[in-house]
Parts: sequence; C-alpha cells; structure tokens
Amino acid sequence: MTTQYDLAVIGAGPGGYVAAIRAAQLGQKVCVIEKQHLGGVCLNWGCIPTKALLKTSEIFSDIKRAGDFGLNVKEVGFDMKKVVKRSRDVADQLSAGIKHLLKKNKITVVEGHGRFINNATVEVTNNNKKEAISFKNALIATGARPRALPGLPFDGEKVLSSKEAMIQEQLPKKLLIIGSGAIGIEFASFYNAMSSDVTVVEMQKNILPVEDAEISALAQKAFEKKGINILTETTAENFKVSKTGVEATIKGPKKGTQETFDKVIVAIGVVPNTEDLGLEKTKIKLEKNGQVAVNELCQTAESNIYAIGDVISPPWLAHKASHEGIMVADHIAGRKTHPVKIENIPGCTYSNPQIASVGLTEAQTKEKGLSVKIGRFPFQGNGKAIAMGKPDGLVKLIFDAKTGELHGAHLIGADVTELIHSLVIAKKLETTEEDLMETVFPHPTLSEMIHEATLDAFDRVIHF
Amino acid sequence: MTIEILMPALSPTMTEGNLLKWHKKEGDSVAAGDMLAEIETDKATMEVEAVDDGILAKILVAEGTENVQVNSVIAVLAEEGESVEEAAAYTSSESGKTERKESPSEEVSSEDKATSAETKPSKPAESKEKSSSQVENNDRIIASPLAKRIAAQGNIDLKSIQGTGPKGRIIKNDVLEAESAGMKNNKPAAIEYGESGFTDVSVSSMRKVIAKRLSESKQTVPHFYLSVDVEIDALMQMRKELNNAIDPEKVTVNDFVLKACAQALMEVPEANASWMGDTIRLYQNADISVAVALDDGLITPIVRAANLKSLRSISSEVKELVKKAKNGSLKPEEFQGGSFSLSNLGMYGINQFQAIVNPPQGCILAVGAGIQKPVAKNGEMKIATVMNCTLSVDHRVIDGKVGALLLSAIKRNLENPVLMLA
Repeated sequence: MTTQYDLAVIGAGPGGYVAAIRAAQLGQKVCVIEKQHLGGVCLNWGCIPTKALLKTSEIFSDIKRAGDFGLNVKEVGFDMKKVVKRSRDVADQLSAGIKHLLKKNKITVVEGHGRFINNATVEVTNNNKKEAISFKNALIATGARPRALPGLPFDGEKVLSSKEAMIQEQLPKKLLIIGSGAIGIEFASFYNAMSSDVTVVEMQKNILPVEDAEISALAQKAFEKKGINILTETTAENFKVSKTGVEATIKGPKKGTQETFDKVIVAIGVVPNTEDLGLEKTKIKLEKNGQVAVNELCQTAESNIYAIGDVISPPWLAHKASHEGIMVADHIAGRKTHPVKIENIPGCTYSNPQIASVGLTEAQTKEKGLSVKIGRFPFQGNGKAIAMGKPDGLVKLIFDAKTGELHGAHLIGADVTELIHSLVIAKKLETTEEDLMETVFPHPTLSEMIHEATLDAFDRVIHF
Repeated sequence: MTIEILMPALSPTMTEGNLLKWHKKEGDSVAAGDMLAEIETDKATMEVEAVDDGILAKILVAEGTENVQVNSVIAVLAEEGESVEEAAAYTSSESGKTERKESPSEEVSSEDKATSAETKPSKPAESKEKSSSQVENNDRIIASPLAKRIAAQGNIDLKSIQGTGPKGRIIKNDVLEAESAGMKNNKPAAIEYGESGFTDVSVSSMRKVIAKRLSESKQTVPHFYLSVDVEIDALMQMRKELNNAIDPEKVTVNDFVLKACAQALMEVPEANASWMGDTIRLYQNADISVAVALDDGLITPIVRAANLKSLRSISSEVKELVKKAKNGSLKPEEFQGGSFSLSNLGMYGINQFQAIVNPPQGCILAVGAGIQKPVAKNGEMKIATVMNCTLSVDHRVIDGKVGALLLSAIKRNLENPVLMLA
C-alpha cells in the first residue's frame, strides 16, 4: 500500500519534527519517518539530558558552598545511577511530548528506516515490514552522529561518545576529554563538579574555539581554578585501550607525556548521517565533507527534496535546524521564507560558568576590517551577581563605531545562556546602541550588565 | 473577490495627487483597459485604467478631491459573480493596509519538482500572505533603527526603498543595496544611446499657479486665433519725436500697443468681456494686464482704465509696475483682475506667436517684433516696418467677427498713431 504525502520528513529531531508541525499548520499532509526516538539526538542524547546532568552538578557545587550562604549542610553525596535516571526521565518525558504534538497536528509517524527509492518515494523498513511512502516533497533531517578519532573507535566502555558519556552510572576517576567545543566542555564541567579528575586536550590555541578569544581565556581560567587540567595546542595519540583504561601520549607544544585514564570522551565534532538513505537513487549530491549539498533554501539537487540541520552544515545546533525546518515548510507551502542568517544564530555552552554568544567575535571584526567600539561589564559590578554569590563573568558587546550596529555579544558567567536572547532580538531587529541605551532594564538583574556594557562601549558606563 | 482600485503613483516621488474626474459611474461595468478616472499631480495628468473586469461597485474618493494619498483605495470593483452590494459594502477602514494586486504567486510545490539536477535555488515563492506595503500609514516609514541610521549617514531617502523585512520593514541590507545601486548610478555614464539623465526641480508656487491656470485655460477655453500684420513706421516716427521731446523717459512701442488696445476695446465694447458661466461680463474700462517675464515665471500687472490714460502716464505706470513685479512688491490688486491681456515677445526677435487666454478674460494679444520687410503697395515694392499682432480669443464670449473688428481697430490705431492722441 502506498500513501501519498505532501511532505515526508525523514528524522524526527528538532529540525524534522518542527518542519513537520509547521507544514501541517499550513494544511499539508505530513508524515515523519523516525527509526529511533522522537525528538532526535537533541532531546534524547544531546541538549536536554545533558542539561539535566548539569543541573545536578550545579546544585551539587552550590550545596558544597552552602556555608557561604549561611546554611549548614552536612554529608553531601550523590548516586550516579539516580543522577543518570533523572536525566533519562527528563528526555523520556519530552519525547512523549513530541509524540503528543505530532498527533495533535495530525502528523503520521512512521517508525522505521527510510530510504529513497526514487525522487518521489521513500521505502520504510521496520523489522521485516516494508512500506512505500510517496511524496510531493521530502525533507532529509537525519542529523549527525559523533565523529570518532582516527585510531580510536568508540567502544561505549572506555572510549565514549557524548551518548555514552551521559549515561555513566559509575563516575570515572580519571577522565580524558578530547575536544573543547561546547560538548567537551560541558562534560568536563559536569565530571569535574562531580569530582572526577578531568583533563581536556584541545588542538587549537583556545578552548571553545568558536567563541571570542577573550571569553575563551576567561573560561579557561575559571575551569582551571575549579581543577580541570586544560591543555591547548595539544593532541592525544598512540592510544592503548585495555580493560583497565586507556593509555595515551599527550603531546603538547613543548613535550609529550604518557598518561593513563579510566575513560576517554571524544568530542571532536560530528559526521552527517547520509549513509543508507538511498541517496544514490536520486540526483542528490554530497559535499566533500559528506554533508548534503543544498542551496540557500535548503533544496538539494532534487528540487522537491530538502535537507536541513546537522546533515547539511554547521553550526550543529538544534535551533538552527528548527529554523531551517520552518523555512522549508514555508517555502513548500509557497509562503514568504525567512532564511537564517548565521551571524544571528546564538550559541550556548551550559558549563559552569556558562558561555553564550551571538554574532562576530572581536577577531572576526578585525578580519573584516570593521571599526568597532567594544563595551565590557564584569559581573563584579552587578548587584544581582554579588547577591547570587556568582561574581565571576563578563558581558562583552561589540558595536560598529560608525553605525552602532551590534556586531557581536559574548557573555560568560552565571545564567548567561538565559541572557543572550535579548541580544539576539536586538541583533535581529537591527537595534543600534541608542536603542539599548534607552531600554529600561529591570533592577536588580543580571540583564543590567547588557545595558552597562552598551554604555561602556560609548564611554558612558555608570556602575564601573 | 472585491478588487481594490488604488490611487496610482505616476512617478516614484509622487505621494499624493488630485482625483480630477471619474469616467465611470457606480454600477457601470468595466473591462480591463477601460479608462476609469483621471488623476492629476503637480506634474501631469494621467488616466487610471482598469486592470480587471468587473462592475464599479463603489467610488470611495469623489471626483475633484485633492491630495489623495498614493495607494489609498479610491474605488472598489466587484468581480464577476460577486454581488455588487457586497463589494459596495466595502469600507475604507482597510485602506491603510493597501495591497497592490500582484501577479499570481508562483505555484511552487509540485510544479517545481522539475528535472533540474542543479543545486541552484528555484525561485522562492511569492508570498501568499503578501507582505503589506512598507508604509502602513503614510507618515511612518517602517525601518530598523540600524537601517534608519545608515540611511541618514548615507543621505539615502528611506521613502525610495522597498523593505524586505517582516511586513515590508526596511532593514540594513535594503539600505545597503539601495546605496550601492545609487553609487552605480553616480558613475560617469558611458556614452551610449539610452535613457538620458534628468534633474527633478521642485516647483514654486508661482509655477504651480501658472501650470494650473494655463492648463485649465487651454483645456477648457475654446481658443481661436486672428493674426494681422501692422505697419508701424508712422508709430516709430512719432515715438522718436515724442521721446526727443520728453527725454529722459522713453515711451516704448509696447506702450503704444497698450494704448491702441485700450482704445480699440472702447470701440468694440463687446470684446472687452469675460465668460462667467451663466453670464457674460462686459467691462466698462480697459484694464489691461501686461505679461512681465520674471526669472522663475511671469506675472501680469494691470494698467487700470488704460482707455482714460495718456501714453505718457501709461508708459510711466508700466515702468513702475514692471519694477515692482521684478522685486516682488506688487500688491494683489495690482495683478488680480483685468479685462484684456497683452504679451509682447518682440524684444526677443519673435515675429509671431499665439498666446493662451488668461481666464476669465476674453482675449489676449500676442505682439511680435517690428521687422523691416518688403511690402507691395499700389503695385510697387516698398520697405516697411511690420509688426505681427495675433489675437487669441475665447470663442464662448467673442465670435470671429467681433474679434476681427477688435483686431482691425487695434491695427488702425497702431498704423495711425495720431488717433491715439485724441
């Protein structure tokens, strides 16, 4: 039996299910093909469960310094099984929520593995059952999976990808994390807080290499202060995996050392999931790096087949995929689209301290030859931060010297992932420094630092 | 569907215009291409054509309305099959959200499946939820703060930019594109056969009045023209003697013409008249308007009761009026009214022209240069100084015969200047 759909979505992650809901809102007949979990990696094995873990480690750290707040707390401890279980429960709850949302929008969920058999049909295999789904339009939203280090395949035991790293029911004593992007740093922060001995190696000069260098340096200092061993311009090689652990050569700019770790988390990026999709039955092309080739409307070489999210390009962020999904659904329905501007996509790292940013870094503005005014405001100058007992951090804003355009915003410190959105709105609405200066920020809040950093860029700072 | 007829913009800078006339009545059926109405701006008058077939359900802006905002709804058309009453029930409350009727948006989905193996973007579908025009109400331009600032810094008029943001909001990129397009235009043009450049100069209020009154005259006054050659040797001789006698003041040829006209109007009083619609006004005196060229237009100060004045007093009065006209100190009563006009371009070497009647006056005399010409007289060729006089006449007031009588009286006076001393 063949069912015809206006839109067949392969993959129910934050790109796919959002596109499906939007298309359904626009009156399209939609199905979502998912082989594993509704919500995809983000919800099941990424953003959400790690936030649950990091909340645990944050509370744990706070409780350990309860005395600073006048509280007497004795015998602080934890049970990793329960910590992991809570994280899984959160993921399951939300996955069930997605199921409900799809049902509410009358979207058919087809369980199984989808493969194109031509440019108008997907065959879905579930165990031994096969179902052909014919479509007017299709959307590839299959995402990506953790990239392995050459010579160090994931084994789920000693060599962990992010997925296994979030379900360790026994705390690794000595942990090596390879890669200091958001994922590596979040695990470093979590396991450090839970009292593992954590070493992070990063090939590049700065940790969190996509962030502003000044923020990266502050982050490194903060993490080192918490006891994380951070080695930049360093690689790990010559691995020997045994039952007891992983032996590796840590090779820095000066010398190499031989060390043994209980476990290794490899967080060096992702590989797009394009295999076994039947792409060879279509004209769809891949880029050299394995990503699906698309135009700015996310159309593949088959103009009725679109691709979004991690399978097409970085940044590997759920919210980028969701917006691309909405753009595709709007385009298919013949509506005005809003292409996503990369400089308006915020990025967040939920470590302790948190890091959040949008737009150009200071170095990028220099590369572009822009003349800028930079404003900074430290957490120490903010009443709320002091009262919260979180006086470390910085708000750094970069404005165009001539037009007052907000080129970039770079924040580090407590709760900055919840502060960045106002700057994203400001950027999207193309506000100038004047609008931010004239905006009344509530007192006392951390958000006042956005106001002060703006004032500082134009030599008008009040509280510092 | 009810089709809105919008006030069109006749030029990119037009923001408002006058609705001169409706060519269709409510209830008339309309075919695409029919002339619906005439629109006037400061520069031009244009016809509004119907784009769709239908029935003119309701006229929302009456003819004769001035300063109608561009893109406001001036009427609604009921499409075939639609009840006219329903369309007529249209209220102009929506007129702020003016929607131009767009060409049908491209159907994308299935048709677009196409065969192209290229990764080129297929054309994005036109918005079905057409983004409304950038100016929701005409006072406010919707633009981002950054777009406004960049426009201000680059001296770019936001009104000239079509926004691409939500609801037509003008964003940074729109301004940058306009700026680079403008910079392209500013490059020295290569020599090619194409559109030539131009400058739009703002219009003075005097120019507006000239445009309005003369358009009105030429369009509503049925003109006819009478032309005659006048020999002015005798006049020139008399003028020479007179000027020798009354030095330093000089009586001009035009003063003689003015006097000749005033006297002729007394001789042919039915030509000293105005068309008043239901009546004809006959003037008792010859109040003669004299066209005076100014740098930015012209004005017609009046020599009142010229029929009662001597050549000398006419001459000094005209000099005084011209002086006042040039320095802008004429009082309204010195240039408003008049029963007859005189326009002389002889000093520029023009030998003959036809003037436009200066309403509500009945006639205007256009005077050319006095030029020596061979003239046949009694079978012999002689040289005479000949000056052409052409009378433009409002046929509603003055018929051919009366006009001819007037012009021949003028000619007789000029050729026999001694008559003007009487």
